[in-house]
Amino acid sequence: MQELISVEQLTCRHGAVEALSDISFKVTAGDYLGIVGPNGSGKSTLVRALLGLMPAYQGKISLFGQLRDSFSAWERLGYLPQNMGPLNPAFPATVFEVVQLGLLAGKGLPRRFCRHDRKQVLDMLELLGIEHLQRRMIGELSGGQQQRAMLARALVNNPELLIMDEPTAALDPDIRDRFYELVSQMNKDKGTTVLLVTHDTGTIGQYASRMLYLDKKVLFFGSFDEFCHSPEMSAFFGEHSQHLICHRH
Amino acid sequence: MTIFELFSYGFIQRALLAGVLIGVLCAVLGVFLVLRRLSLIGDGLAHITFGSVALALFAGLQGAAMLLVSLPVVLLASLGILKLAGKARLGGDAAIGIVSSVGVSLGVLLTVLGRGYGVDLFSYLFGSILAISKAELLVAGGLFITVLALLWLYYNDLVALTFNEELAAVSGIRVRFLNGLLAALTALTVVLAMKLVGVMLISALLILPASAALQVARGFRMTVVLSVLFSLLAVVGGIVISFLLNLPSGATIILLAFLLFCVGYLFRQLQTVKNKS
Repeated sequence: MQELISVEQLTCRHGAVEALSDISFKVTAGDYLGIVGPNGSGKSTLVRALLGLMPAYQGKISLFGQLRDSFSAWERLGYLPQNMGPLNPAFPATVFEVVQLGLLAGKGLPRRFCRHDRKQVLDMLELLGIEHLQRRMIGELSGGQQQRAMLARALVNNPELLIMDEPTAALDPDIRDRFYELVSQMNKDKGTTVLLVTHDTGTIGQYASRMLYLDKKVLFFGSFDEFCHSPEMSAFFGEHSQHLICHRH
Repeated sequence: MTIFELFSYGFIQRALLAGVLIGVLCAVLGVFLVLRRLSLIGDGLAHITFGSVALALFAGLQGAAMLLVSLPVVLLASLGILKLAGKARLGGDAAIGIVSSVGVSLGVLLTVLGRGYGVDLFSYLFGSILAISKAELLVAGGLFITVLALLWLYYNDLVALTFNEELAAVSGIRVRFLNGLLAALTALTVVLAMKLVGVMLISALLILPASAALQVARGFRMTVVLSVLFSLLAVVGGIVISFLLNLPSGATIILLAFLLFCVGYLFRQLQTVKNKS
């Protein structure tokens, strides 16, 4: 199996404060990895370090077998950030234009869109049930609608690796369930590798194949079955919480 | 005098042609600068342009030759602003404030040391498009083609950068290079626009057409198209009116652009009321 992400002894600092310490894990093609942990545990820092958005680190990060600092195959990767800040309401792009930006990574200069790109955008909007929003201005949408448009942007390039940071935070419960099912479907049918950061420990066990429990360092990394039978995790979480998280019973 | 007679004058033709070239550049760049909240970089660079003009006059240069001093100085200043903002624990606003005040101070010192306050410097402060020479028009044409070609090449990269810098980086877009490019293109445009509206009013030509377009446009491409349209209306209308009524052209252009912004704002308010009811 191809290694899509390899992290070895990663340490990150915010100024003098160590945000992540000695993190090592690997993600292979077809994995669905849930990264969970309490607030401030370094989940988002880890994602930002993976993507090169946080320069200060020690250790080694590789994406698709390439060292992160020289990684260039961005078209193989889709990213949905934690929050866009409230999107600038004055930004004058339509949903269609924003989703289309997700296709830029695969293009050489001058990056231009063609007719086939248009169809790809429309298909993705339809898949996520937001084709009726395509001409609406992104700044005029509700938080949940914006999040779905941003998900469409992350998925439109059919990425091999999808990295999402707290993607369900702004979604209603029923849309959140549909969202999880859609991501699972992409993982199973298309073999899309998924890395999903969430504090939703109660739900992720239903969908992900592996879990990385983070609290500035790795407390657990492995399959949910391994988590379920781990005496260390029973001691750490208590048996009740452990089995609520693993969703295996 | 009829409009036809007006357009038969060589100096009016040159003024209109230069105005159109500069107006288009300011309109397109303005959309990116306003949305990135970098509107004041134009103002800062305009102040540096003032310093560079004083330096050129001090060195005894005139007309198009002055650009030999202004262009490199303002380009360096634009990159200096980015460097200061990135390295010296400063926000962009403070970096612009520092660089622009240094530009004005140098300008004042050099003017006093050189030949005192003269008519030459006044024309650069408030624009003198009706006095544009053939050589200056040629330089403007060359810069117009350069800036427009680079904007065409990196258009979608700039849209992505303007929407969200981190998402652009994860799409493989070279964010630092593009930020530098945007600053450099703004520097070139500001030096050109100095002749049209003058140092004091350059930032308005970058901000007003883009802001007017943002009031009414429904989509990014439409914003850019409308910004160009508003800019051309203001520039061409301003030059014609200023000549017919013997008014200063720079100030007339900017007040016309402000009028268009007001119309755009009113249109938006009416649309909002209509949508609510």
